[in-house]
Amino acid sequence: MDFFIQLFSDPIGFWNSHSLLISQIGINGMIAISMFLVLYSGQLSLAAPGFMAIGAYTAVLLELHLHTPFALDVVVAVALAAVVGFLVGLPVLRLRGVFLAIATIGFVEALRLGVILNVPITGEGLGLKNPYADPLGGINPILVSLAVTVFLAWRLTKGRLGSAWAAIRQDELAALSQGIHVARYKMVAFVISAALAAYAGALESHLQFFVDPGDAQYGVTRAVQVLTFAVLGGSGFVLGPVVGALIITLLPWIFQSAGAYINIVSGVFLIAVIVFRPQGIVGRGGLAIVRPAWWPRTRAHAPSPG
Amino acid sequence: MDQQILNAIFIGSIYALFAVGYTLVFGVLDILNLAHSAVFMLGAAVAYSLVVNHGMSFWFACVLAIALSGFMGLVIEHVCLRPLRRRQAPPIAALISTIGLALIIVASIEQGQAGSFFSWLWRDGPNSVAFPSNTVPDPTWHFAGLTLEAVKVAIIPISIVLMLVLGYVMRYTQVGRGLRAVAENPRAARLMGLDVDRMISLTLVISSALGGLAGILFGVALGDISPYIGRDNVEVRGLAVIVLGGMGSIPGAVFGGYLLGLIETLAVVVFNNGNASGGVAFAALFLMLVLRPQGFFGTRLRERI
Repeated sequence: MDFFIQLFSDPIGFWNSHSLLISQIGINGMIAISMFLVLYSGQLSLAAPGFMAIGAYTAVLLELHLHTPFALDVVVAVALAAVVGFLVGLPVLRLRGVFLAIATIGFVEALRLGVILNVPITGEGLGLKNPYADPLGGINPILVSLAVTVFLAWRLTKGRLGSAWAAIRQDELAALSQGIHVARYKMVAFVISAALAAYAGALESHLQFFVDPGDAQYGVTRAVQVLTFAVLGGSGFVLGPVVGALIITLLPWIFQSAGAYINIVSGVFLIAVIVFRPQGIVGRGGLAIVRPAWWPRTRAHAPSPG
Repeated sequence: MDQQILNAIFIGSIYALFAVGYTLVFGVLDILNLAHSAVFMLGAAVAYSLVVNHGMSFWFACVLAIALSGFMGLVIEHVCLRPLRRRQAPPIAALISTIGLALIIVASIEQGQAGSFFSWLWRDGPNSVAFPSNTVPDPTWHFAGLTLEAVKVAIIPISIVLMLVLGYVMRYTQVGRGLRAVAENPRAARLMGLDVDRMISLTLVISSALGGLAGILFGVALGDISPYIGRDNVEVRGLAVIVLGGMGSIPGAVFGGYLLGLIETLAVVVFNNGNASGGVAFAALFLMLVLRPQGFFGTRLRERI
């Protein structure tokens, strides 16, 4: 509880002592929006950690070897990720649902296990030291970026593009018959999402003195975490995934008193939220409370598995 | 090289056994049960704990561990899946709830240390342990230049017999027909008088029991039991297996299991590097999805998640 008491009693001290945490929340918020954009267009793509890895490694390697300014590194990293996103998207976006999810997991792990851990320039399994990192200075650019990203994503979903995405998400065939160029709009969402993930990855790499190629950073574990941000927060509105990222990043602090049992409490929390708010925390409607079968005065339910 | 192929068949059997449970649930429910790898780990961990910490005989411990795994199937259904079905939640929600349960299972094993709340379940915390060498009789034979360890060799017939039994049950018995009917169209199955919820519970029990058994076999044969064996060894590979074979197809999962075992073993031989073998496996998965998304044995591609 000290954590939240400090937040209200001593906001400035809180800001100073937890700036790394706040930066991480900002990064996770941006990745969550990257996930949101693909989900909003009806694609269950888990490729975000792959593009984060591209962004992070490109930015750090440029900085290490060419000593270019960090802003330029980020631009190059984002451009590269967008190109890779386009190339990966060409074959992959024909898939739907779980198939797309698994294909993108294949991409993420093939990139991490096959390329990053085997190419000498990336430091292989040892990771990459990054002496130019600036853990404390990142906070302002990150929070500004997050705000800009949220605004842009919100504008995108309200505009022409957003309507097309929503139509594709709800019924791809119907969208096609309305003259919406489904393949093109899906690709746009995928590439924007890739670029945003790379941007967040590049900024994140600048927060730590070490780029870690571990599973929790650029592997399936991270992909699942990012999916959890979006689904738990609610993927119908822009703010949902950001709220999800905020809550999940803060879970260890929220349940500080659970001590070593934090993961058990987090698991219970995840299940409880998703069972009682299947649409996510941010979204329309109240708590989904269904009378259990053994409860008196049961109604006949029509369960539809799947 | 022959030895490598033998190893491929043996690790492929474990993949196949694990993936059969995965694909069974996907076939019936169209849901990826991400708690399956945690159940795999739980089977191995509980069997180990019963033998070493509670002094039971190995075979009895195996039966108990498999029963517990099957029971976890019921838990998955009643905690993670049925409430969401009642609320008509999107299928993606089931991904999150099963991830939550996997988190709980792995964390309870991870926290099981002597003196902690979970010490009755597991006492080695996050460490990797192996069965004491005399637990299972393990004669080793040398035959035509191959080293045959009884434990590893036994896995192959066990897996094949189980998968044949499952195939028979699915194809020729009343229960199997019911399961296939639910997979085809739950609504119509319900109208035909099938208890859909019970069928789904049964699917999860069978799937999880097979997962737990695969875990025990993995733990016995590889001598590596830790809270992370599910996540590190079979979680994503299981996905690769069911994609290679065709999502929802049981013969496909068997075939995919052996194929992945072979691909990985060959990649280790060719690249002489463990990471590269993982990379090759996932590249194969990626290519398979791009070129033939229905897999080798799948017949149709489901449109919706």
